[in-house]
Amino acid sequence: MSEQHTEHPDHFASHVRRYLLVFVALIFGTILTVWASYIRFPTREINVAVALFIAASKASLVAGFFMHLISERKMIYGILCFTAFFFAGLMALTIWSFADFPALTVTH
Amino acid sequence: MEIPYTTEIRKDTGLYNAKVGIWLFLASEVMLFGALFSAYILLRVGSQEGYWPHGWLNIPLGTANTLVLITSSITTVMAWASLKMNNYGKFKFFHAITLCCAITFLCIKSYEYHDKWIHYRIELTNGLTADGHLVEKSPDFNLEKKTGYFVIHGHELDFRNKTGKELQTELNKLYDMRSPEAKTIVYKELKYNASDIVSMRNYAPWQNTYTALYFTLTGLHALHVIGGAIVIFYLWAFGGKMWKEDPERFTNRVEVSGLFWHFVDLVWIFLFPVLYLL
Amino acid sequence: MQATHAIPHTGVHEEHHEHAGFWRTYIFSTDHKIIGIQYGITALCFLFFGFLLMMMMRWQIAHPNVPVPIVGPLLEKVLGSVASQGKISAELYNSFGAMHGTIMVFLAIVPLAFAAFGNYVVPLMIGAPDMAFPRVNMASYQSYVVGGVVMLTSFFIPGGAAQAGWTSYSPLATAVATNGQTFWLIGMIFLITSSLLGAVNFIATIIQLRAPGMTWMRLPFFVWSQFVTAFLLLLAFPPLEAASIMQLMDKVAHTSFFLPTGLAVGTLGTISGGGSPLLWQHLFWFLGHPEVYVLILPAMGIVAEIIANNTRKPIWGYKSLVYSALTIGFMSFIVWAHHMYLTGMGVRVATFFQTTTMIISIPSVIILTCMFLSLWGGSIRFNTPMLFVMAFLPMFGIGGLTGLPLGFNFSDLHLHDTYYVIAHFHYIVAPGTIFALFAGIYYWYPKMTGRMMNEFWGQVHFWLSLICMNLIFQPMFAQGMAGMIRRMSDGGANYTAAHNAATGLIVTGGLSDSLIRLHVFILWAVVGLGISQIPFIINFFWSIKHGKPAGSDNPWQATTLEWQTPTPPPHGNFAKAPVVYRGPYEYSVPGHARDFTPQNEPEKA
Repeated sequence: MSEQHTEHPDHFASHVRRYLLVFVALIFGTILTVWASYIRFPTREINVAVALFIAASKASLVAGFFMHLISERKMIYGILCFTAFFFAGLMALTIWSFADFPALTVTH
Repeated sequence: MEIPYTTEIRKDTGLYNAKVGIWLFLASEVMLFGALFSAYILLRVGSQEGYWPHGWLNIPLGTANTLVLITSSITTVMAWASLKMNNYGKFKFFHAITLCCAITFLCIKSYEYHDKWIHYRIELTNGLTADGHLVEKSPDFNLEKKTGYFVIHGHELDFRNKTGKELQTELNKLYDMRSPEAKTIVYKELKYNASDIVSMRNYAPWQNTYTALYFTLTGLHALHVIGGAIVIFYLWAFGGKMWKEDPERFTNRVEVSGLFWHFVDLVWIFLFPVLYLL
Repeated sequence: MQATHAIPHTGVHEEHHEHAGFWRTYIFSTDHKIIGIQYGITALCFLFFGFLLMMMMRWQIAHPNVPVPIVGPLLEKVLGSVASQGKISAELYNSFGAMHGTIMVFLAIVPLAFAAFGNYVVPLMIGAPDMAFPRVNMASYQSYVVGGVVMLTSFFIPGGAAQAGWTSYSPLATAVATNGQTFWLIGMIFLITSSLLGAVNFIATIIQLRAPGMTWMRLPFFVWSQFVTAFLLLLAFPPLEAASIMQLMDKVAHTSFFLPTGLAVGTLGTISGGGSPLLWQHLFWFLGHPEVYVLILPAMGIVAEIIANNTRKPIWGYKSLVYSALTIGFMSFIVWAHHMYLTGMGVRVATFFQTTTMIISIPSVIILTCMFLSLWGGSIRFNTPMLFVMAFLPMFGIGGLTGLPLGFNFSDLHLHDTYYVIAHFHYIVAPGTIFALFAGIYYWYPKMTGRMMNEFWGQVHFWLSLICMNLIFQPMFAQGMAGMIRRMSDGGANYTAAHNAATGLIVTGGLSDSLIRLHVFILWAVVGLGISQIPFIINFFWSIKHGKPAGSDNPWQATTLEWQTPTPPPHGNFAKAPVVYRGPYEYSVPGHARDFTPQNEPEKA
């Protein structure tokens, strides 16, 4: 059975409310991340972590609600899980291989 | 035999074909931008201490662009929801805003690119370094022939015989626009004859690793914005016929193109802090 | 609610297609069978061209600075000073080498194994009317052709084609003074786009368009292997695309993504520096390693189908095969740096990659073992496809086993970048994959044309190819272990003991004369291999019109769905969706009258 062509209007009214909430959250997140970037944390790494955390939260909202991932099918989750794993592998293993080198290597 | 499940949902997967297709494509895009981000991380971590730029990009403009894309994201999902609620007029309204947002984004980006393009760093014969935006260039300006003059709005720096902390302080004026030293810069008009100049380079991709990454990452992203906008424009302008003939298929196309657009927004959500704020 | 107003680009609407002209039917077709054949013919042409490049390279190696016979003058006419007097100069040798690799991997084998066979056979095997996205399919083929044209054009521009190997390492790739590298990068972007579009299509098709009753575990192993291959292409190619974009920026926009500080090469001009050559290698091999599984998995799929069919019994260990293929696909993403053991990696990282590399050899061995075991007790028909497939098994065995010393970093220290590596991977691709592809051509030919290829000449093709391939590549193991480095345009003349003694550069050792003489032996074997293909090429074209008629839609008496259609299958393949009742290898089921039961044959009441 396919999706109904015309959903009951109320069904989508609640969806629209959700979209607006997400929109407000994203605006807030943007302002927050700009403000946080001006705070001089003890180390630069903390700035990076804060910025990435906020970005990841915003991204999750877009992906989860605008892209409907929160109610998607297992097949899609499966595809994305593998993608995430390989992406993580690419990043982590490449960075690790730059960081790990034999004892007398000269680095600039 | 017709191709099944173009609009009807296949029972065991719960999906129609194009949705599987677009998520697969987005997975490959994650790997594409992911590789560029990992290049960014590696090149930044491996860069020489004190030479990685901070604050070279205009934060208000970047924030505006972020808000523009976020707005386009909600109008995109609203456009699809309108079709689901059988309201073609609202679909046209929301996607018109989406397209305006896309154009606004590209305009702001063009302005930013142009600003970088006319920003020069000049090595002078007296050993100083000048840095600023082009104000005026004489028509006969030619570096090889040593003719003409070049006027910038900027400042001069002196790296001669500097080491250690002194060097870092002077470097900060170029590389860390949020440092206390950078705040003390007085910008003025500086005129140089071609004969005073040893070499000059504008803040284009070839300036340094940061600009290379900036232009490549945002350039590729902009290409995706353009591509997504073209598809959405096509559906917006010429969708009337398919909406009448096959409303479900049309709604699905709007959904699928919307998913691509949201991905473009997602990438920017990461690009903005990484390039502008950190 | 079935959509009934779908635009009828597909479907058995005969009236539409009687009026579709030549261009729409054969050139701009969206039918997966036509696209499969387009890919196949184009890929075979590139395979032939890549072979010709190699022949000229082997000539230069065997007879350095001797003009190439027969084609020497033509080379000089077409390519100018790099081939002056008909000799292969070092630059020309390097560009032939780079393009031989590029063409064979990206323009010949992948399009043939994945796109050609996959496009033609997979929708038929799963009971689908076409691929999920027929127009995307056409776009994928067209992108491939554009990429191929760009690559070929690069031979004729000033400076010639890319010269930094198919691996295109920076800074060399950026420093060589030719725009051929730029063409290579642009060509790669088109080819990668083609593969990505194809991958999306294959995966969506296999997930969504399986006929009723065709559950995952009833899929022929060929479909599983194409499914995994598509995932490898989908997720591994984009990082290379990103890297290609960055190298293109290095070349065209003078950035320094991969160019380190302090590099002083005149052709580069002033660069900002600060880049990382290693970064290119990581991004390249992130694709490069899954790519080799892209080269072998479809071949393994073809082998499984043909073995089952010609032993008249099910493949041994279907589940093991499927899980092994999935495991190979998964693991292939985390082994890549075994191509980079000599880049100054630390012990921990090297150990990690060595471990994953050893682990990935296990499912490969399982697959090979299942194939071998499938022969046991079989009622074997020694036709041409079966001969090629049976030879695949030990040849791939040799190729795979010789990979083990390369996977361990301590032995790779000695063998890296030697002829041993060349021998290893050619054993896998040449008497490995290509044999499986030949088998596939002989096997599916009657479905495409309604005629059989000539059996006698098929066997001649097989035996000559098998012998020649072994004569070519077996000596290379010895050369490699003795220390002969790859990509030397003079065949190692600068490293011989005699040369060393004369120049006094190295006190002892060097390549022995017998090793160098092997080059001449190999050259003769190469000529033999080239001649061996002539019966195949003639057979291929001659049999279209004059081959023995197949006699039925299912001349091999096979169980899989592609044989249960008319010959050739009509547009839309099946009048209505077939229903699948059983697994793919119901051969010699006890109690049944026939020794095979097609997947879609209804159960008898």
